Amino acid sequence: MIKVGMADLNICSSPDAITTLGLGSCVGIILYDPILKIAGLAHIMLPDSTQIRSNENVAKFADTGIETLLKQLIQKGAQRSRMIAKIAGGAQMFAFSAENAMLSIGKKNVIATKKKLSELGIRIIAEDTGDSYGRTIEFYPETGQLLIKAVGKEPKII
Amino acid sequence: MSSKGTFESLKNDDVQYDILREIGNIGAGNATTALAQLINSKIDMTVPKVELLTFPELADVVGSAEKLVVGILINLSGDIDGMMMFMLDYSAAHYLVNCIIGKEKENMEAFTEMDFSALKEIGNIIAGAYLSALSALMNLKIIESIPYMAIDMAGAVLSVPAIAFGELGDRALLIQSEFGQSDNNVKGFFILIPTEESYGKIMSSLGV
Repeated sequence: MIKVGMADLNICSSPDAITTLGLGSCVGIILYDPILKIAGLAHIMLPDSTQIRSNENVAKFADTGIETLLKQLIQKGAQRSRMIAKIAGGAQMFAFSAENAMLSIGKKNVIATKKKLSELGIRIIAEDTGDSYGRTIEFYPETGQLLIKAVGKEPKII
Repeated sequence: MSSKGTFESLKNDDVQYDILREIGNIGAGNATTALAQLINSKIDMTVPKVELLTFPELADVVGSAEKLVVGILINLSGDIDGMMMFMLDYSAAHYLVNCIIGKEKENMEAFTEMDFSALKEIGNIIAGAYLSALSALMNLKIIESIPYMAIDMAGAVLSVPAIAFGELGDRALLIQSEFGQSDNNVKGFFILIPTEESYGKIMSSLGV
């Protein structure tokens, strides 16, 4: 199992699997070529690299993270036209008051992720986003299944 | 700005690390005393750890990213910007609440609304003790937000400070103290995360 940390990304081929632990307001993005059975996972923290001065780490942002992940998959022979996406995370972990900008960072991350994927013409075929709990996700390129685990909930597959 | 008091200057400077450890010691010492008084029992603490971490490293600071914790978060403003996090193992949080509300010590039933507000209040008192010690030491004014609480995987809880600091840079400075009892009933962490700018202020307030 390949482990991806916060503000990090990696790729993985069947029969291996790829995971990220304890997604909170961050979003986990799976890009997957079902014919080649190769997938990439990005664990992004922030919506937009153009809004932030310190943006050297491309894996930190939805826009640059998705672009980089796509590039790496194409280098491995994946076809952009076959690429599909599954996304999870973007929770609101603390009930902050309305005037606090952190209120909707999870939501903003999800919106930015969808916008970037739509710009690139990549279809999201499954998602488990929002709400107020953390998620651990595992993706299996062999089957295309994304397993989602959360505290006090039954694991689910999307 | 002089080179001292930036994260870059911290890298190879043992003196700055020593100072940060001492700050952690003073803050956590005061907070541990407050916590011990609350439950009328002795609590020990370890020597604080000071680390400049990248975000992939951050989720594992309290052991495992998937560990179930109760996190109480306080936003800091005034002379020091940043966050203070009081993190308890899930079972330790139960134990604390049981002590304070006067339930059976072994009670592990789901938290009630009253338990939640007791936990927040504990967080408030403890973080207040930590911060007032620092504030007196540095002669800086620290304004605390109300406490916010989340019960979840450590990685998910820590994603919130990580995101706040991710907007500013690619590293976060953590001053982390672990506390506990010999019988392991109460176990947790105080984590102070100042912004880089505030870190500079801390250093210059101490004449570094």
